[in-house]
Amino acid sequence: MCLGIPGQIVEIVDASKKLAKVEISGVRRQVNIACIVSEDHPVESCIGDWVLVHVGFAMSRIDAEEARKTLELLIELGEAQKEIEEMSLSTKGVSQ
Amino acid sequence: MKYVDEFRDPVLAKKLVDEINKLVKEIDFAKQRPIQLMEFCGGHTHTIFRYGIEQLLPKSIELVHGPGCPVCVLPMGRVDDCVSLAERPEVIFATFGDAMRVPGSKKSLLQAKADGADVRMVYSPLDALELARKPENKEREVIFFALGFETTMPSTALTVLQAEEEGIENFSLFCNHITTAPTIKAILDSPSMQLDGFVAPGHVSMVVGEQPFHFIAEQYKKPIVITGFEPLDILQSIWLLIKQIAEKRSVVENQYARVVSSQGNLPGMEAMTKVFELREFFELRGLGSIDNSGVRITNDYARFDAERKFPVPNIKVADPKQCQCGDVLKGVIKPWQCQVFGTSCTPETPMGALMVSSEGACAAYYNFGNLPEMMSLKNIKEKEEAML
Repeated sequence: MCLGIPGQIVEIVDASKKLAKVEISGVRRQVNIACIVSEDHPVESCIGDWVLVHVGFAMSRIDAEEARKTLELLIELGEAQKEIEEMSLSTKGVSQ
Repeated sequence: MKYVDEFRDPVLAKKLVDEINKLVKEIDFAKQRPIQLMEFCGGHTHTIFRYGIEQLLPKSIELVHGPGCPVCVLPMGRVDDCVSLAERPEVIFATFGDAMRVPGSKKSLLQAKADGADVRMVYSPLDALELARKPENKEREVIFFALGFETTMPSTALTVLQAEEEGIENFSLFCNHITTAPTIKAILDSPSMQLDGFVAPGHVSMVVGEQPFHFIAEQYKKPIVITGFEPLDILQSIWLLIKQIAEKRSVVENQYARVVSSQGNLPGMEAMTKVFELREFFELRGLGSIDNSGVRITNDYARFDAERKFPVPNIKVADPKQCQCGDVLKGVIKPWQCQVFGTSCTPETPMGALMVSSEGACAAYYNFGNLPEMMSLKNIKEKEEAML
């Protein structure tokens, strides 16, 4: 029920009704973009936005920078600790 | 698919599982009893089963599947109300597909449709509004079955505002929206539950932000992490929860920052506050009546309220005796321990709502769990009981 799917806005259909076309895996569908429009981000600037689509509404703009940070954190996960372990091993090696 | 595939990377999943395994060893109480984490949202339950996440986790972590599946917690009496509205000759009853097969006390919406009621399955409330706009439906009333937690509320609220703007008179909502935070509070206040942390619903949070969940960390001292819906999201969230437990902290963390901002979705919430107001209480199947757990349509938008336009029976109906959906929802029993699971209640012929929706815990166990093992455990239990 609460699921959403990422799509990219490719066209504004009706600026006054805040309707746009979103492409999701090659399929185009009309969605309402009222939830992602603001004074700082008017209708015209929405083309190209990646959004989360839920029951015919773009509910949130997907933040590419945050997505990158999450993945980076996961990639680095455990590596710092591995480095510390390796460092302590090499220190031991030196002292012997 | 962008923003999906990269969050399903098995190498990163393995890394997270390793880290979780390491951290769990630092938690002393986990040697006596399992660490119980509740994923509230049915969407999370679905991902957990689809990707076998429970099997990846150490035995000392137990996932409790919460009541966040709106069709699952819909009381049977409300389904009867839907059928009663749908059977009015002037009505076109529009609903999401999930709700079609939920059993009422006499019939489901699907059976009502087979008996001649005009029930239409729609993908969006806007599709229901489009039905109302059609010249051939001018004399008909289109009722949209508004269902779901806060994720879905902005969409129905904005649809009502659109109907108002266009002066569409033959459109209304049968409002059954429910609220997340009061439901979690009811779970926390329930004496039978010993939860250690929450995997919080990502898309509800996308609408309402972090604020409604602060009381869980502050008053109840339970860690809570707002979580996305891909397998890596869930594993990372479990890792963050275990980390908080190990460090004896309890805060609201946001794992799903690519979609959820801390203040939520302002235009969405603005539309919601215009169209909806809290009900003093609302009944959730299996959990009973919970204060402030539902919303109704405000007086300003009364003309879009199907409950004010038409008489609705509004009769409380108890679940069938054999059906133990309530106990499953509260985590008192596992789905396969229910006496009708897999025998008279299956996804093809569901008795209880938890078997209907793909987000329901019973359907998830049935479709993705180890069915032969569960059934043999169930048979052993039944034989033991028969011998007593």
